[in-house]
Amino acid sequence: MIELEGLTKRYGDKVAVDSLSFSVRPGLITGFLGPNGAGKSTTMRMILGLDHPTAGDVRIDGRHYDRLKDPLKYIGALLDAKAVHGGRSAYNHLLCLAQSNGIPNQRVAEVLDTVGLTAVARKKAKGFSLGMGQRLGIAGALLGDPRILMFDEPVNGLDPEGIHWIRNLMKSLAAQGRTVFVSSHLMSEMALTADHLVVIGQGRLLADTSMADFIHRNSRSYVQIRTPQRERMLDLLHDAGVTVVEAGTGALEVDGGKAEQLGELAARNQIVLHELSPQQASLEEAFMQLTAESVEYHAHTDSPQPEPAQPHPWGDDWQKER
Amino acid sequence: MATGQVVRSEWTKIRSVASTVWTLSLAVIVTIALGMLISALSSSQYDNMSRQDRLSFDPTYISFAGMSLGQLAMIVFGVLVVSNEYSTGMIRTSLAAVPQRGAFLFSKIAVAAGLALVVGLATSFAAFFLGQAVLGTHRTHIGDPGVLRAVIGGGLYMTLIAVFSMGVAAMLRSPMLSLGILMPFFFLISNILGNVPATKKVGRYLPDQAGSRIMRVVPEIGDHTPYGPWGGLGIMVLWVVAALVGGYTLLKRRDA
Repeated sequence: MIELEGLTKRYGDKVAVDSLSFSVRPGLITGFLGPNGAGKSTTMRMILGLDHPTAGDVRIDGRHYDRLKDPLKYIGALLDAKAVHGGRSAYNHLLCLAQSNGIPNQRVAEVLDTVGLTAVARKKAKGFSLGMGQRLGIAGALLGDPRILMFDEPVNGLDPEGIHWIRNLMKSLAAQGRTVFVSSHLMSEMALTADHLVVIGQGRLLADTSMADFIHRNSRSYVQIRTPQRERMLDLLHDAGVTVVEAGTGALEVDGGKAEQLGELAARNQIVLHELSPQQASLEEAFMQLTAESVEYHAHTDSPQPEPAQPHPWGDDWQKER
Repeated sequence: MATGQVVRSEWTKIRSVASTVWTLSLAVIVTIALGMLISALSSSQYDNMSRQDRLSFDPTYISFAGMSLGQLAMIVFGVLVVSNEYSTGMIRTSLAAVPQRGAFLFSKIAVAAGLALVVGLATSFAAFFLGQAVLGTHRTHIGDPGVLRAVIGGGLYMTLIAVFSMGVAAMLRSPMLSLGILMPFFFLISNILGNVPATKKVGRYLPDQAGSRIMRVVPEIGDHTPYGPWGGLGIMVLWVVAALVGGYTLLKRRDA
């Protein structure tokens, strides 16, 4: 269990993480979603005690990270696959981590086997591909057989096979009752793996909900209608007690409507239809809408200055902070 | 967090990278070889020396002449041991494994200092005996007054120089920046400040100027240094402690 309480990180007058409060529960995969630069990595670094919070608190199983005895046995993390000394072999990299937490040496061979790096265990890490580096990082996270696992953008830059492997790994870890906390900027990725969803934008909590709930609320299905007899169709629908949304493009959108019924209604009244198509709003769109609102909110409401805040790209500011 | 675990882990780290081997071997080879070369030159020049120079002729110190260059390799060793963590990004993995930053830093420094001490003492003894062999009739003996102290002091000096560099690297993080400051400082600037009359009074309190006093057996003529061999080493230790306190304070406060 990871609990965040009003967790805040400020760099100068920039707020990277803005009083985040949520908890990550065991036995589930919790997706941590937000656009690049939303503060996901900063939050994860604060969970591990690498960055000091400006305000607020984060606890692992009720304790601060630096109060954990042998922390790798509580929580394993993959933050950055490049956080390895390239001149050290994969085996020695894992060995020094194991020793520092009193983990038996034979566990190193076990995790190397789990991630499929046994054959290159004695090779220097600098010769590793991105996928192999990612596997080495995951081996380090699994080393202490921890109850909590945290992955920062684990599928970034991986080939389809690697992505598939990581998805299955996370699912099997959660099935074993472990807490899995995984960040991504891709809604589609989360929809496939996560049970629970925490969405942030500009360091602020935007949603903390179950995946099923999020899908239910956000996957709007509707029927799109185009007709030259728009006014008549509107009247007909109105008489039938159907709610219609008039899209900006001139099309009519009927939420939750059935294309068959609408088509028959039009036919009975001899209305010419140019389009009658069932539509499904994607989760990706719902996510973008959610986070786009946070940008607007930030720009108009949150800045006391008379001039509007500079709408610079998401990724920019936190890269500079590092 | 048991300190023994962290020390074992840091030993695995230090023995599993190539830079440890090449920096330390370079320190050994350069110190011994240059010491022998200067010993040979001094021996052949002895007959042409003035009476004053012969009076202050210090066979022990001459055999340590290679340390002026050999210490640079020790500096590289000390800097890389610490700054490798930062330049590779390993620091985040390391601090996630050992969040007690004091335990992390001081275990690392203890392991590296222990290794530097073993290598430093071996180098010092080897440089002394080989240097004396080359000096021939102008040689001194390990049993002579002050000689053993100077030889052990040579090993301590090399260790302290390395540990000082570790402290500086912990403050600066970047290997290039650390080396860019330490190498010219100890190779040139400190020597100039310690030997130019105008700055000598201050310059002799610099870590290497004060610390190297312990390797002298015969004092220079007209030497008015206000501290003895151990006093000089004590001054160097104070510098080292200051660098470590600085490094620890910054590590404790900074985001990794």
